[in-house]
Amino acid sequence: MEQKIAIIEALLFASETPLAAERITEILPDIERTEIVSLLRGLMREYEVRGGGISLQEVAGGFQFRTRTDLAPWIRKLKAGRPAMLSPAALETLAVVAYRQPLVKSEIDRIRGVDASGALKGLLEKKLVRIVGRKDVPGKPIIYGTTRKFLEVFNLKDLSELPTLRELKDLQEQQE
Amino acid sequence: MNYEIKLDIFEGPLDLLLYLIRKNEIDIYNIPIALITEQYLSYLDMMRSLNLDLAGEYLVLASTLVHIKSKLLLPPVEGEDEEEEGEDPRSELVRQLLEYQAFKEAALHLDERPLLERDVFKRGAPAAEPVSSGQEEEAMNEVDVFELVAAFRRIVAGLDRKEDLEIDVEKMSLTDRINEIMERLSEEGQITFADLLGDRMERRRIIYTFLAILELMKLRMIRAYQSGPFGTIRLFPAVEG
Repeated sequence: MEQKIAIIEALLFASETPLAAERITEILPDIERTEIVSLLRGLMREYEVRGGGISLQEVAGGFQFRTRTDLAPWIRKLKAGRPAMLSPAALETLAVVAYRQPLVKSEIDRIRGVDASGALKGLLEKKLVRIVGRKDVPGKPIIYGTTRKFLEVFNLKDLSELPTLRELKDLQEQQE
Repeated sequence: MNYEIKLDIFEGPLDLLLYLIRKNEIDIYNIPIALITEQYLSYLDMMRSLNLDLAGEYLVLASTLVHIKSKLLLPPVEGEDEEEEGEDPRSELVRQLLEYQAFKEAALHLDERPLLERDVFKRGAPAAEPVSSGQEEEAMNEVDVFELVAAFRRIVAGLDRKEDLEIDVEKMSLTDRINEIMERLSEEGQITFADLLGDRMERRRIIYTFLAILELMKLRMIRAYQSGPFGTIRLFPAVEG
């Protein structure tokens, strides 16, 4: 194996979090960023072709080794813990935040038709949602947004990878 | 004794309304307000009779529905506010429902993604944190609670009225019922909703059984599966993971 690829593979293996191409460039300043990206893609393909239990995936703006989805039942046995699931209320609230961020709680309440305080608190505790700032209106309500961890947990490269929200059909159109 | 049991059965009033629209196969752009209002209110009554905690938002939507219904009943007044002429009093509600529905779908799509620590795992990640006991942490059940409520309704509707007059001397508590269900489940492995009720169809027994099931589902001690719409509901002990 080429030395460069070996280094990158080792970095990926040792990294606690998804490793961004930029970070690798800092460690290997002699290699062009474009080359690093193409080496990463090559490595992704290599793991894919090998068809083993591990794949290299692009998440949260970086690259990370992850297990293959279909092997989850066995790994769950190893972990012996119940996977942390989100309740429907938490998922709905998270979806509203993800698509409408940055936003304030009253906007979430309005869309869901119920008070989102509980769900929002849980999401903050799980670090899927964070406080982005405060809105400059009376009462200075808190503005919320999703976190990097949200991208990691939901296997997203970035927010643009979220599927488009089904367009709300134009009501006027229907009435005419 | 008065048990007050708080369960977040519905995700909210909009969720209940969407459920009713789906159930009746109604065109969301042309909601028969009278029918839907009636069904909505009867669900609220039932939830209240079960002592389920009704958030104020449910009542707000109920009053909105009644308000829309009354507007639709009024004949259009000639020469009155020209701007609003032709504006369907339902349109604001429809817009809200569609928006909510879009996010509900988005939430489902999120849940279908390969989730870290559920479907994919990274190297040596620490074991999943124990799930906190917060109310917002209810499990996702294979049978949604609407279906359970619907099954409950069907059974109550089929009750012989005369039986109500018999005074139930059997002392039954929710805890007893829960223990009884868990005992039967551990012996039989699985059990249907109807089996649990047996042929003693007293109202009290049915209500306690229903509450016990909801409580057990909330505590993640059992799981409920259903073969199809209106199919038999089967209960299984949750596998301790």
